[in-house]
Amino acid sequence: MAMTIVEKILAQHAGLESVRPGQLIEARVDRILANDITAPIAIRQFREAGAHKVFDRDRIILVPDHFAPNKDLASAEQCKILRDFAREHNITHYFEVGRMGIEHALLPELGLVLPGEIIIGADSHTCTHGALGAFATGVGSTDVAAAMITGELWFKVPETIRFVYSGRLKKWVSGKDLILHTIGDIGVDGALYKAMEFCGDAIDALSMEGRLTIANMAIEAGGKCGVFNPDEKTFAYLKGRTNSSYAPVYSDPGAEYCEVKHYDVSGIEPQVSFPHSPANTRPVSQAGDIAIQQAVIGSCTNGRIEDLRIAAEVLQGRKADPQVRLIVIPATQGVYQQALQEGLLEIFLQAEAAVSTPTCGPCLGGYMGILAKGESAIATTNRNFVGRMGHPESNVYLANPAVVAASAILGRISSPEEL
Amino acid sequence: MSNGQRVIKGRCMKLKGKIWKFGDNINTDEIIPARYLNTSDPAELAKHCMEDADPTFPQKVQNGDIIVAGSNFGCGSSREHAPIALKAAGIACVVAGSFARIFFRNAFNMGLPILECPEIGAHVAEGDVVSISLEDGTITVAKDNTVLQAQPVPDFMQALLQDGGLMHYVKKKANL
Repeated sequence: MAMTIVEKILAQHAGLESVRPGQLIEARVDRILANDITAPIAIRQFREAGAHKVFDRDRIILVPDHFAPNKDLASAEQCKILRDFAREHNITHYFEVGRMGIEHALLPELGLVLPGEIIIGADSHTCTHGALGAFATGVGSTDVAAAMITGELWFKVPETIRFVYSGRLKKWVSGKDLILHTIGDIGVDGALYKAMEFCGDAIDALSMEGRLTIANMAIEAGGKCGVFNPDEKTFAYLKGRTNSSYAPVYSDPGAEYCEVKHYDVSGIEPQVSFPHSPANTRPVSQAGDIAIQQAVIGSCTNGRIEDLRIAAEVLQGRKADPQVRLIVIPATQGVYQQALQEGLLEIFLQAEAAVSTPTCGPCLGGYMGILAKGESAIATTNRNFVGRMGHPESNVYLANPAVVAASAILGRISSPEEL
Repeated sequence: MSNGQRVIKGRCMKLKGKIWKFGDNINTDEIIPARYLNTSDPAELAKHCMEDADPTFPQKVQNGDIIVAGSNFGCGSSREHAPIALKAAGIACVVAGSFARIFFRNAFNMGLPILECPEIGAHVAEGDVVSISLEDGTITVAKDNTVLQAQPVPDFMQALLQDGGLMHYVKKKANL
């Protein structure tokens, strides 16, 4: 029976010949991820169940990244719960401050996610890892507790929507713009309960960073996962990052999709999502005159090296507007180091940016850039809900790194073309 | 998950409560803003439940109240703090047009009853009283006795709840 990549991965992990959308299965999971916000609840559930042993210490990944380095006393206690559990159970992949990064940037960078795998994470942006041809989905803390004990979890096989992108991207248009445009088209529940499979010649031409950004925001359309069929770029990306063998899985030619959407990317401009919904998108040329007080470049969506290179290209030899607080947060320690070696940090510092150690920080209104009442920020992050970056009466606009950098320079939402 | 067990086996199968009404796409940052996630203590979270959608909600909500919302309730983050906060604030059930899928999972895992009923918004106003039977998914509006049919809880989920929720199911499986 012809199956999609998601159906095939789920069938393989459930020990079944085939699965169909709607079917409930129990499947083996390859990686289980949690962070300083979600792991404490999972650990409490694990203990309350009377469990003494994790099913496999090599398959559990714990990353203190949301409110780490500890933002306050309560966060310090939460991070400590994670650290103590990791030590007690000798968890192989625990990443302390100084080695850590934002989980969804860190795992691919370290080759901890492989094509054909199932990754679950108590973080909604776990869908990022579908960029590598894996089935990756966000779950709750109780799901993580259950999987840490048994190595298995129940899933409902999702229907798949196929998104086909063709044509050549314009200058300054990136994976971020494709996914914002798509969410603007289908809405924040346009892919509710469904898998989003991304393909087409524009996707083939896209970097791994661009694909990770697209998969990252599948959840913003309600998607259960975002997935790409692996190709030479996937394999090249993994080379040198992992020594493990893996078996790539691909959608069959006759696989059934509940819907197929086509986009010609050659006409797509850089996109901006206006408050307070990621689906509230406009081309940057139609943004109007919107003053901003803060610009944030970072997050699991756009804090990778390619994102910082693009931002540096725009910021080189320029300074942020005096009315704007520019904050740059490399997503991982590795990205930070590479940006240093490539001279990008120098460009950011010359532009009068505050450059931070990796953290999710301001993206979810934690710290490192909270907005006051009435303030507006443009950010490369993923959500612009009410109160997301601070005061309930503040505004967040979502865009790609080039647009955020250009806006920081001009003090208002703008395209790099205007510089 | 003892609460989940009660829901299926005991007296909580039938609920009756006053409605708080919300719109479409109520996200987890509205249900419990991320700035309060430096704790997972239910009582603390309850103090800020729905605060960014309605700042006075934590003061107004009463034990046993029911939330009625539009489509895609609980979208956004995977935080289990969202159903924890709703439960701790006293919410007995959420009836929405549809639910974001991680929230849907979390609600069952935490023992917060939820029902999908796209028609309900058109039949009730804030403050109305409804009776809900979780077993068959019927919702009766007290003011005019209209009976609405929500999507019944799938058998598999009922079985999970009958086991006392996911952790009890896992305990049995792992011989804990």
